[in-house]
Amino acid sequence: MLGRMRRGSWSQEKIVLLIAIVLFCVFSLFLNGFISAGNLLTLVRGVSTLGILGVGMAFLVIGRGIDLAIVAIYAMSAAWTLHLANGGVSIPLAMLIGYLFALSAGILNGVLIAYVEIPALFATLGMASFVYGFARYALVPLYVVYMPASASGIAWIGGGFVAGVPTPILFFALVALLGFAFLRFTKPGRLIYAMGDNFAAARISGAPVRPIIVLQYAISATIAYLAGMITATAVASMDTNVTNSSMIYDIILVVVLGGIGLSGGRGGIRNVIVGTLLIGILLNGMTIMNIQYTLQNVIRSLILLIAIVIDSVVNPRDEQISQQGDI
Amino acid sequence: MSRRNIFTTIAVALSFAGMVGQVSAAGIDDPRRADYFKTFTGKTIAFVPVTMGIDLTEGWASVLKKQADHLGMKFEIRDPHFSADAGAQAITSLISEKPDVLIVHNPDVNSYAKLLKRAEEAGIHVIQVNMRSNYNSDVYVGADWIGIGEAETQAIVDRCGAGTSQKVAILEGQPTSGSDSGMMKGAENILAKHPEIKLVANQAGEWDATKARSIISTVIQQNPDLCGVVGFWDVMDLGAAAAIKESGKSIALVTSGGGEQMACDNVEKGAFQEEIAYPVLQQGQDLADMVSVVLESGLPAGKEKVVIYTPPLKITKDTLRPGLCWSAKALKN
Repeated sequence: MLGRMRRGSWSQEKIVLLIAIVLFCVFSLFLNGFISAGNLLTLVRGVSTLGILGVGMAFLVIGRGIDLAIVAIYAMSAAWTLHLANGGVSIPLAMLIGYLFALSAGILNGVLIAYVEIPALFATLGMASFVYGFARYALVPLYVVYMPASASGIAWIGGGFVAGVPTPILFFALVALLGFAFLRFTKPGRLIYAMGDNFAAARISGAPVRPIIVLQYAISATIAYLAGMITATAVASMDTNVTNSSMIYDIILVVVLGGIGLSGGRGGIRNVIVGTLLIGILLNGMTIMNIQYTLQNVIRSLILLIAIVIDSVVNPRDEQISQQGDI
Repeated sequence: MSRRNIFTTIAVALSFAGMVGQVSAAGIDDPRRADYFKTFTGKTIAFVPVTMGIDLTEGWASVLKKQADHLGMKFEIRDPHFSADAGAQAITSLISEKPDVLIVHNPDVNSYAKLLKRAEEAGIHVIQVNMRSNYNSDVYVGADWIGIGEAETQAIVDRCGAGTSQKVAILEGQPTSGSDSGMMKGAENILAKHPEIKLVANQAGEWDATKARSIISTVIQQNPDLCGVVGFWDVMDLGAAAAIKESGKSIALVTSGGGEQMACDNVEKGAFQEEIAYPVLQQGQDLADMVSVVLESGLPAGKEKVVIYTPPLKITKDTLRPGLCWSAKALKN
């Protein structure tokens, strides 16, 4: 608690928000067309999948867990759904099977961590390889699965509009809102904070920590499946190779950048939104400026490093954190 | 009467011909046949793709596997799953295992260059497929990237002449790959001849449809009168097609790829205006032929310098016909 109070005035969230606002103002002033409504929708749309997965990850990191399998579940469950639909299975059934696959991977994660007591880092790292390997071996024979014509009925999930706003943005808003309400107003939500802050104390005071851990991973798998279907329907295909990409780091980055400490117990959905927007503004601005690919990577990592350096200068690590350690 | 005579004559003539045929069917041995099969029996062909599971590598492997089975050779795949490190390790261990032929699909122009040289020094014939490295080994089989870049850009230039905004965008994959550097050179060659064309964006989608989608959406926001997009890989360009469709504008998208059924489907749907394809099964056959050549020639590794560019196949609504594309699904079943 002491640590949180001392963080008061200049939290990392505020620093990142400030950087995001500064970039936003600079781009608005100097880049033609950046500030147009169409471009702003494109900007948020481009990072909404990242944001949705970030919300799923935030649930876990706040409770001092982590899900390295989230991208594998996201890619493979959606890919299997498309593959089944390609093979003639009806769309609702294919989606149900795909979702059950995602859910069982999530529950298995939770059981391994809560009951077998394997550290989350290792359990989910193993699960990521297992989900990917098993699905590639037994369920989805090809790397890239295309959406069949029969699935045009669900194309709106990732490619539709409601009142001019692309559906992925609305899903991001919905997931963020539900996530916020869950963490703020429900008993399990409050207990996730307690577990992240001091797991032993939460357990001794009677919190059902094991079922809650299973619930957390089930929720993150559910969110991963939703994000997977959004991506799959938005580009009419699912590339299972994203499992091997840097996407998992991008998700953790969005969470940590926004100010949810890996040591748990701190932060909320707002932090994920701030982190996601900073990444979105950066990517969009650099695309408009037509900056060369390698230079883009340099600039992106530089700005992220700057945010982290400012945070560690403004908020030096205190004794409580160094004793607990990050993940 | 005369008709019957004719029939009789024909019948007699035919029976004689049959007898003559039987006499000459005693058979002549082909002196080269035994040697031919002996050349291949027990040989090992190793294949290090960028990854298995994509249309290109599955297509090549299926042809090579058939050849190996037919000729009694061993065909081994070391799949590094998109990791250049794992690929380098696979090649390193293959150098000590000494297969007779090593077929390599390079992730970029540098990663494997030194290893391929070492492999040839160790006496292994090295064939590079589709994505080359800086080291020129015995054989390169694959697309003529510069030619494809030129053809794609020309197709866009043709569609974005006077009367349009003449604004075009280029969507690269991974700028350090052998394919991208070639296609970019081809694009530059054409753009140099057409100064009236304005290149408003040149961005890399990292072979990822999702990234491609958000890049092209942003570019369209920025240039609502965009006329055309040159995409560097059809699988990634599905994302660009989705962005164009969403914008509701008529923007030409020309792409390139392995000519899988997906390409024909999307040209038919109008998502791609044109694909310049490098037909994968033909490349597989070229690879198989080159395996025969390096083994039959008896030359030591590194002595041959052969290049086979796959003749490009133009897929448009006008050239579409059943069987123009090949199906990766059919290979799997």
